[in-house]
Amino acid sequence: MKMKICSSIAFKLSRSDKLGYIYLSIRTFSITNMKNIKLSYFIALSISILILGSAWIWLSRSPAGSTTQGEIRAPQKGFSAPDFTLETFGNETYTLSDLRGNAVLVNFWASWCPPCRSEMPAMQRVYEDFQDQGFIVLAVNSTHQDNLGDAITFVQVHKLDFPILLDQDGSAGRSYDVRSLPTSYFINPEGIIQDVVVGGPMSEALLRIRAEQLLETNP
Amino acid sequence: MLPTIQLGPVSLQVPGLVLLAGLWIGLTLSERRAKRGGENPAHLYNLVFIAIIAGIIGARLSYALTYPDAFTANLLSLVSLNPGLLDPFAGGLIALAAGAIYMYRKQLPLWATLDALTPLFAVMAIAIGISHYASGSAFGKPTGLPFGIQLWGELRHPSQVYEIILASLILIAIYYIDRSSWNFMPGNTFLTFISLTAFSRLLLETFRGDSILVTGGLRAAPLLAWLVLAACLLIFTRRLNATQVGEELEG
Repeated sequence: MKMKICSSIAFKLSRSDKLGYIYLSIRTFSITNMKNIKLSYFIALSISILILGSAWIWLSRSPAGSTTQGEIRAPQKGFSAPDFTLETFGNETYTLSDLRGNAVLVNFWASWCPPCRSEMPAMQRVYEDFQDQGFIVLAVNSTHQDNLGDAITFVQVHKLDFPILLDQDGSAGRSYDVRSLPTSYFINPEGIIQDVVVGGPMSEALLRIRAEQLLETNP
Repeated sequence: MLPTIQLGPVSLQVPGLVLLAGLWIGLTLSERRAKRGGENPAHLYNLVFIAIIAGIIGARLSYALTYPDAFTANLLSLVSLNPGLLDPFAGGLIALAAGAIYMYRKQLPLWATLDALTPLFAVMAIAIGISHYASGSAFGKPTGLPFGIQLWGELRHPSQVYEIILASLILIAIYYIDRSSWNFMPGNTFLTFISLTAFSRLLLETFRGDSILVTGGLRAAPLLAWLVLAACLLIFTRRLNATQVGEELEG
């Protein structure tokens, strides 16, 4: 058996030197009984790997403050929240960046969406409990996908106090890359997105905890 | 990036679906490995499901204990489907404890069971990479390379793709290593998987744009990976030594 392997290796080597050598190394390694690898070789290999690993860790360190996440506007945790200006039913205008210093929940919703409807009463209760501490809910209605009359009726029936913004052309939804409703963004007082919840309904406990966490980051 | 698939009014979370598919494929492979190794596949399934269920319950209870006021205001939140209300660290510990208790009660051999579970772990590593890609998390640092992907406002390293490729290579490597003479002692397949995964993490974290930094700008994950790799290599050294000394004595 060994003779056969050796002749096969010799044949390969005679055809091309470099490739043959690599083939020889791999083939020899695979046919050697692995547990008979010399212990000293294994230890040397292990130490080499660990030394190279240490060097790699050192070289790949990231200078403190080098992250640009907070400066870039993107609808993702750790990034600056994309800005928008929208109007309410009552023609009041809200610009997100004007709310710096407040903890903000931006919730994209539609009246035909069952989980959106389910989570609204909990949002109302949490808003009532935390608004004095600077917690604001901006419920952005995807008006371009909704019936405005149904949305108004829903808000009135549930006596929602927080601002209901109308995304008439879908531009706010696009800048937040909203792919399903509801989608919620928890934005801290510095304007950084601290959490994203895709889908729903969000439980009241989740809303309370996130509101508390946002307010804790108040500078 | 494809975080959700909208089917009419139903919004399916792609990362969750990918993880479920990974669990199913991984368990199927582990079942085959268990049969080949003479283990009882039923025990393996029970072990995995007990660990998962205990982990989820433990993660929720731990979270509720951390924020008791929020849950007492609305007790129904205890059974909410929001994954944001889970404590992953506590859940992991409780899953490990539940698995250990099950293994002890059924007297399952530790290393052989871990070897049988290795295909599941390897497939889940790929599934986690795909779920990162779908959600856009675990994103790369900015790059000027031509294969960079436009994500979160910049051209970035496709770190999720690197993750998927390396995890797939590890799965293939494990398939062959498990059948080779390197598997000379129970647990070697599992330890090899852990070593390769730690090594890949050590390499990959460099390209991440969301690393947790410790002192001096050092990234936390590769430091941890280095320690895990060192521990595995130390165990392998001891195992090789024990085998060779044993053979010399027998000879």
